[in-house]
Amino acid sequence: MIVTGILKRGEYFDSVSLMLIAKKISELEIVLDSAAVMGTPENKSMLQTSGLLTDELQNAGDMDLMIAYKCNSQNDSDLITQKINEFLKKSGDTNTSSGSQNPSSLESAIKILPDANLAMISVAGKYAGDEAMKALQNGLNVMLFSDNVSIEKEIELKIFAKEKGLFVMGPDCGTAIINGVPLAFANVVNRGNIGIVAASGTGLQEVSCLISNSGCGISQAIGTGGRDVKKEVGGIMFLEGIKALAEDKNTEVILLVSKPPADEVITKIVELINEIEKPVVGVFLNASVELLKDSKINTAKTLEEGALLAIAYSQKKNSKEVSKRINVREIELDKIAENESAKLNTEQKYLRALFSGGTFCDETQMFFQKMPEEVFSNTPVGTVKKLKDVWKSEKHTIIDLGDDEFTVGKPHPMIDYSTRNKRILAEANDLETAIILLDIVLGYGSNMDPLAEILPVLKEVKKITSRQKRYLPIVCSVTGTEKDPQNRTTVAAALEADGVLVLESNAAASNLAKFLIEKKR
Amino acid sequence: MNKLFESELKVINIGLKSFKETLDEQKVQSVQVDWKPPLISDPSMFDVIRKNSDKIETANKEAVKRILNSKPFLTGMGKAIDVIPGMKKNLLLHAGPPVAWDKMCGPMRGAVIGALIYEGFVKTFEEAEKAAASGEIEFSPCHEHATVGPMAGIVSPSMPVFILENEEFGNKAFCTMNEGLGKVLRYGAYDESVIERLRWMENILYPSLKKAIEKIGKIDLKNTIAQALHMGDEVHNRNRAATSLLYRTLAPEIVNQNEKENAISVLNFINSNDHFFLNLSMGVSKVSLDAARNIENSSIVVVMARNGTEFGIQLSCTGDEWFTGVSPVPEALYFTGYTKDDANPDIGDSSITETNGLGGFAIAASPAIVQFVGGSTNDAVNYTLKMYEITVAENNIYKIPYLNFRGTPTGIDVIKVIEKNILPFIDTGVAHKKAGIGQIGAGVLEAPVDPFIKAFIGFANQLKNS
Repeated sequence: MIVTGILKRGEYFDSVSLMLIAKKISELEIVLDSAAVMGTPENKSMLQTSGLLTDELQNAGDMDLMIAYKCNSQNDSDLITQKINEFLKKSGDTNTSSGSQNPSSLESAIKILPDANLAMISVAGKYAGDEAMKALQNGLNVMLFSDNVSIEKEIELKIFAKEKGLFVMGPDCGTAIINGVPLAFANVVNRGNIGIVAASGTGLQEVSCLISNSGCGISQAIGTGGRDVKKEVGGIMFLEGIKALAEDKNTEVILLVSKPPADEVITKIVELINEIEKPVVGVFLNASVELLKDSKINTAKTLEEGALLAIAYSQKKNSKEVSKRINVREIELDKIAENESAKLNTEQKYLRALFSGGTFCDETQMFFQKMPEEVFSNTPVGTVKKLKDVWKSEKHTIIDLGDDEFTVGKPHPMIDYSTRNKRILAEANDLETAIILLDIVLGYGSNMDPLAEILPVLKEVKKITSRQKRYLPIVCSVTGTEKDPQNRTTVAAALEADGVLVLESNAAASNLAKFLIEKKR
Repeated sequence: MNKLFESELKVINIGLKSFKETLDEQKVQSVQVDWKPPLISDPSMFDVIRKNSDKIETANKEAVKRILNSKPFLTGMGKAIDVIPGMKKNLLLHAGPPVAWDKMCGPMRGAVIGALIYEGFVKTFEEAEKAAASGEIEFSPCHEHATVGPMAGIVSPSMPVFILENEEFGNKAFCTMNEGLGKVLRYGAYDESVIERLRWMENILYPSLKKAIEKIGKIDLKNTIAQALHMGDEVHNRNRAATSLLYRTLAPEIVNQNEKENAISVLNFINSNDHFFLNLSMGVSKVSLDAARNIENSSIVVVMARNGTEFGIQLSCTGDEWFTGVSPVPEALYFTGYTKDDANPDIGDSSITETNGLGGFAIAASPAIVQFVGGSTNDAVNYTLKMYEITVAENNIYKIPYLNFRGTPTGIDVIKVIEKNILPFIDTGVAHKKAGIGQIGAGVLEAPVDPFIKAFIGFANQLKNS
């Protein structure tokens, strides 16, 4: 095997161009592994880990483009290098033809759009904070998509924004729906009377889609970035978001979504909620319920339950209907699990859950706490253990493929399915795999043609399992709506036609997986 | 409380273009920013700038006000030795930042040799080289003597120069008369024909023009340039209109004040040289920018100049300090028979025009020369539009018809250059790297990065210490 590194000095490419280039390179059949990233120290160490850091690339600086790939022969390598140069050239061409009319700075953009009220910022993290501050100083709300913004900067931005009565959504905020407009990775949902504050991107997408698919709608959905509810930031924007929804006349129910906030933040949330008239539902995945016990917050265990409770309150209905509905569904899932497990052979014992949405990875782990067998994850929660090698599953394994170690120089797995596709095949080849659990997240920002990515792999899985003369159930939740550009119904129908068990939520899918494993035991 | 929920969403998107496309699909008003990382990647360098932003803004406003309020007039002529401050018998002025004889590029060495022969210091090439290397002859940048010179920019003691006065601020600037194209001193030619032309310029052209200018009194050159911009010049690479306007102003008194034979030769000389005005547009820029020097806390660039080896800049608040880097070779259209391999690195003080909001910064006014900048008028317009990003003002007098008479981008701010990663754009002539061959093309270049990074750091350090 040959590792080749190409160093382009002083060639800056924006992240989308880089991602497109990276995707094109990885799609070349003779490429075994590849990355295209700028030469920052962080990126270099990541290349090092994947064995892609060649001597030449060691000398790269922040402003240099690094491209590295593995292939089988020198011939292949030459061919790939030639292709890469073509990609780069094309990328450059489009930039010059389309880009030159755009302003080069926030201040010039404001001259063109003087009443702009939101800046979406997705430049590299170390610069994003300063851009965000400029936007705030100019009276703009900020959606900060970038990650790798320091926590000090985040606190500075949020304190400043709070004083000026502005939002800072993020850093690392992947999704929001403001005034009915889905931003970044978001779904096209109905407008309605449920307002959401979320410190979890996939969580926000899941609850907003479930609400919309039930015929209800969203007034506003504010993302805060996951770090907002940690002790250091103290939930500044989470609390501001709640206040804004409390005052918003179009919001009648408030739904909160987060991984467990810090205790002091929970206390602040509880205090604030106790002063609010509107019903409030809280989904704090894996949180201890102690602190929430006596509050006005109606807590839900899963994202789905949170959505259903919010729907019930928005229709002035009772929460008991929700538990009834979930109970009924559990009985249905139990039946399916019974049928499916009967088709498995004795060797098939373990769950392999491969997620593109980070919050789903947490949610599924919640279903798999305190199992008799060991459970592993790359991002373990509670009793789940840390995987020794994230590239290799052990026993029950639940993986977030959006985590940094999988995304070096690659687009997010909601866009680029290649890493997960490879992993699906690996799990199918493992005779101990009893069930594969997947998510597909639709909406803007995500891959526009997910079926083209996933269906060929599912066919391949069938070939493998038929060779092995066994059955392997694949369970998948599809997060999305009818109005999403990919259309949820179309995607779900195509998956079902291919034998996939498609469920309405990740909670349902996880529940089914749990039942199946239990039956099999 | 936040007004966002009650307002129509309007978005500025900095980064991923796909987010903007999504907004377009949803018919949400938005503007895409073509963002680039700053030229200095250590964000802490900007802290001191941010802390002092009010002071800097005030200082830069003052600097640019001075540039814009300058009133440059052509008021007379004289011999360099008599009028240029600090000029002396064994001194040669040259373009760009300071450079020693052993570091000078081919064209500049040729011009030095030519000037030494012209001055009568030496008779031959060999003697000239020896004298230049001996230390007997001193060299100094034109810019340090209120003077500017195109290409090699050599000014020797006996050369006649134009005198420009800034009526508003009282300062003066000086420049030589343009020799025309072909084998000329500023491109490093020094043969008999070059020296002969220089003598003719000293003996015939100079007195004739001097008399004419004296009779006219003073000529408003700012007004001439403003008109020329409306006639397709940007007064760096194209000076045809400005030369014609000057010719109209001068011609009657050239005829009135001189013998017929001399008048004819003088008028023919000016008429046959489209770049006759170039030296004056440089002088106008120099005399205007010098008025903005030495303003405390101002990050405005007051000089960009090249000596064919290095590219150097000066800032308003850092006095006579030069910030330099290697001079790049321009991207150019070459005259038949020449290629980029023949080209000398960028040379000359003429980038003072860009520093003053002319030349490359005003290229949108000059559709006739767009072939130098990529072929389409759109390219030219985009170059000018981009320069608004790094300047602090729009010119009050120099206006661009195509842009609805928007003032040219004026007053380069080194902070903006660094923060936005946009370098000044210069359109320029290209010299052959060997002495004496002359101009071999015309083209464009981005100013090199290093001088701006050094100047920014120098500026930031000065703020820290103040």
